[in-house]
Amino acid sequence: MSALRVVKSAEFDLLEVRRDFPALHQKVHGKPLVYLDNAATTQKPKPVIDAVDRFYRFDSSNVHRAVHVLSDRATKAYEDARTTVKQYINARNEREIIFVRGTTEAINLVMNSFVRPRVEADNEILISALEHHSNIVPWQLLAEQTGARLVVAPIDDRGELILEEFQRRLGPRTALVAVAHISNALGTIMPVREIVQMAHARGVPVLIDGAQAIAHLPVDVRELDCDFYAFSGHKVFGPTGIGVLYGRESLLEQMPPYQGGGDMIRSVTFEKTIYNELPYKFEAGTPHIAGAIGLGAALDYVSRVGLVRAAAHERELLDYGTALLGSVPGLRLIGTAREKVGVLSFVLDGVHPHDVGTVLDRDGIAVRTGHHCAQPVMERFGVPATTRASLALYNSKSELDALAHGIRRVQKLFAV
Amino acid sequence: MKDIEISDLYQEMIVDHSRRPRNFRRLDHATHQADGFNPLCGDKVKVYVDLENDVLRDVSFEGEGCAISKASASLMTETLKGKSKSEAEQLFSRFRDLATGSGDGSDLGKLAVFSGLRGFPTRVKCATLVWHTLRAALEQTSGIVSTESSEAQAR
Repeated sequence: MSALRVVKSAEFDLLEVRRDFPALHQKVHGKPLVYLDNAATTQKPKPVIDAVDRFYRFDSSNVHRAVHVLSDRATKAYEDARTTVKQYINARNEREIIFVRGTTEAINLVMNSFVRPRVEADNEILISALEHHSNIVPWQLLAEQTGARLVVAPIDDRGELILEEFQRRLGPRTALVAVAHISNALGTIMPVREIVQMAHARGVPVLIDGAQAIAHLPVDVRELDCDFYAFSGHKVFGPTGIGVLYGRESLLEQMPPYQGGGDMIRSVTFEKTIYNELPYKFEAGTPHIAGAIGLGAALDYVSRVGLVRAAAHERELLDYGTALLGSVPGLRLIGTAREKVGVLSFVLDGVHPHDVGTVLDRDGIAVRTGHHCAQPVMERFGVPATTRASLALYNSKSELDALAHGIRRVQKLFAV
Repeated sequence: MKDIEISDLYQEMIVDHSRRPRNFRRLDHATHQADGFNPLCGDKVKVYVDLENDVLRDVSFEGEGCAISKASASLMTETLKGKSKSEAEQLFSRFRDLATGSGDGSDLGKLAVFSGLRGFPTRVKCATLVWHTLRAALEQTSGIVSTESSEAQAR
């Protein structure tokens, strides 16, 4: 291999990446699709689509059950995917990787099997003010059922966690800290390393909601030293309906099962059931086998592209987009954290986000409008909703130009 | 079929009513009122009616929302003043048909300006929320009308 090619292979080739995603090459309302709703869900590259297709075409079978060839292939592919996840987030072993439906189920699993059995009426769950509803509502359910309290650490006007305020709220009553790694509504990267250190200094376990981080930052659960880490496959170019709960093995061992059923047992009699070992103890019923295989393919894909290079590309896009939108009169960016990923959440004077979204859609531009399942964040910034453009590794500067152009069209239409 | 253009939805009259909504106030002497809410986008509306002998003597609204929801509320209040309850019900039914593309908007007067909605199915609820809320006010239904309740869906 020539030196030139080595250099080239180390570069981030946007056109090549875009070619991997069939959905990007379509027209919407006669215009080329500009997909900027990646914080909601990502498009899928061919290797993921092919992996799922191959499973259903040739290997469809149940796992951990039968002696026939198909079941053996399905089991192997499913467990290989678990190994891929383990390596991707640098877990110690496969027993720490539990396949779930998504981040929401992972958080509910921790709530039900870890926190609920040990929580007392005067205990507190400490979260931040920029959490997604999925990291708020499970704790409110817990609070209703146990009398525990939900405590919220505030954020500042940039959308950054006020770390001293967080620390002040950590106390002898704190049973768990549960925070997002990255805010879905604002893009803020949270200081999770410091949060874990502060919590562990007081003996408090930490759950990190990694839904928004997994496609944008290298995640190393051992370096983070978190106790639980949750993410969804569909946010990282994998299928919907599959996600992961990473849990520290020593904690998972102590926890009772989350659901009862097949696969999670070692032996069942009407008198007594012995649960299966980790991670199967937490995987009752036939799992989303194709989803797990697709997720494994997605993580392999991201590793091949190189997350560090992709992140540098996204950072460049974010800086470009921030400057571009910042120059639009009457546009206010919501969420200006110094450490953030590619989320451009904004409000336009005189135009409701819902109308912005409809006009942009006719230009082929897909953005999210609304409260982004983070109503308390909207309240914090005094807006009912925002328009949110969220980036992924396959987005380009010309797509951001199209967004800025679309915004000017909106302003013209509404004469603002 | 040709795409319905964005300008077919945001017609001048709609933009005007969204920017300067008519009857946008609290009605102190209201005999009926109700709240409407669209949890998906956060639109909120409160409808006030002064009803006398089955006639809507005065109608007004307050709230926040997108251009479609505000213009719809504004034009609804204008249209309904002086109408009877059953006339209001008939207008709602025809308005809904227009919005969903199964009606032609005849006999709707100014409300026919919403004909572009048939090309924007995701925005129909924005326009009909205020009408559902009006109906709740007239029926004196307690609680908040939501675009996502099964009752509103069925209607």
